[in-house]
Amino acid sequence: MAKIDLDCMSDMQFDVLKEIGNIGAGNATTALSKMLNIKVDMTVPKVELLPFADIASVVGKEDDIVVGIMVGIADDVNGMMMFIFDQKSAHHLVNSVMGRDVHTDENEDAHTFTEMDTSALMEIGNIVSGSYLNALAGLTGLKIISTVPSLTVDMLGAILSVPASEFGKYGDKLLMIQSEFGEDNFVTGYFLLIPELESYDTILSSLGM
Amino acid sequence: MIKVGMADLKVCKAPEALTTLGLGSCIGVALYDPVTKVSGLLHCMLPDSTKIRNNSNKAKFADTGIEELIKQMVEIGANERRLVAKIAGGAQMFALASASEALQVGARNRESVLKCLALHKIPLLSEDCGLNYGRTVEFYSDNGNYLIKAVGKVEKII
Repeated sequence: MAKIDLDCMSDMQFDVLKEIGNIGAGNATTALSKMLNIKVDMTVPKVELLPFADIASVVGKEDDIVVGIMVGIADDVNGMMMFIFDQKSAHHLVNSVMGRDVHTDENEDAHTFTEMDTSALMEIGNIVSGSYLNALAGLTGLKIISTVPSLTVDMLGAILSVPASEFGKYGDKLLMIQSEFGEDNFVTGYFLLIPELESYDTILSSLGM
Repeated sequence: MIKVGMADLKVCKAPEALTTLGLGSCIGVALYDPVTKVSGLLHCMLPDSTKIRNNSNKAKFADTGIEELIKQMVEIGANERRLVAKIAGGAQMFALASASEALQVGARNRESVLKCLALHKIPLLSEDCGLNYGRTVEFYSDNGNYLIKAVGKVEKII
């Protein structure tokens, strides 16, 4: 079984994980695009291996206020998925889903979300993570189930401390598969797939590595 | 203002100040010698180094982090017997129905910090822990004030 060593990962391992991010996020953005009936683009995924002090840099700054949706994953692959949007994008997404006038007011902060808005955002998280994980399960032949999403609006550093403390058990770095998606200039968000270290091994060996 | 990262610690003398951004389930432990005004801030992520094999980074854990912080503060002129503590953080960022052990790390971090402070006989002057929001903290070595900022909340000094 392929063992991942955080201190000496091969280029091949990085490439395979990047491809997983590509397929997963590709499906997830397609789902998002269909749901909102808009065009959603994505960038080439990045596989980031970062010391804890720098993890916020994959998305922004530690004290940026963002909307984070977390979905736990379990069964053959354990860990978590996160979607992170800035507040403007979150408002834009909610307004599109709820069939309201899509406006993006720079000054509108996420604390103006109603319960219904939060629920809609979590449902977006649910559908999008479902498509991401389905693609991953189809590719690897592994069984992956996801938990009910949970949403929080807070500082990026505080949100990312959740996966960091999980990874802190294995070493001093966090390994994650990051993909950025966006719709023209209105919506920018990130998918982060953060399996546990053993699950990286499971994923890689299921692909014959 | 000296910045302390995640799983990191820094010490300073007056009139400098220490800050750490976006404490989630982590805890920001500020130690202070009121006489020499030597201050230290630790941003620890996990409660216990003895339960984990890979534990080379002392600042990652409450137990080894506090020990290392005291050591570095004494080196620049603090007296261990005079140290006092203020702590903040230890939130549960995501509320889930089936809260696994991993997600309750905030509460476990706080318990471990309290235990370690007691072990070193350091009195805890005040704390702002728990609940479900992140905190940015600033510690001022000239007056020992610990400023806590959170999203959508009034700043407070403990």
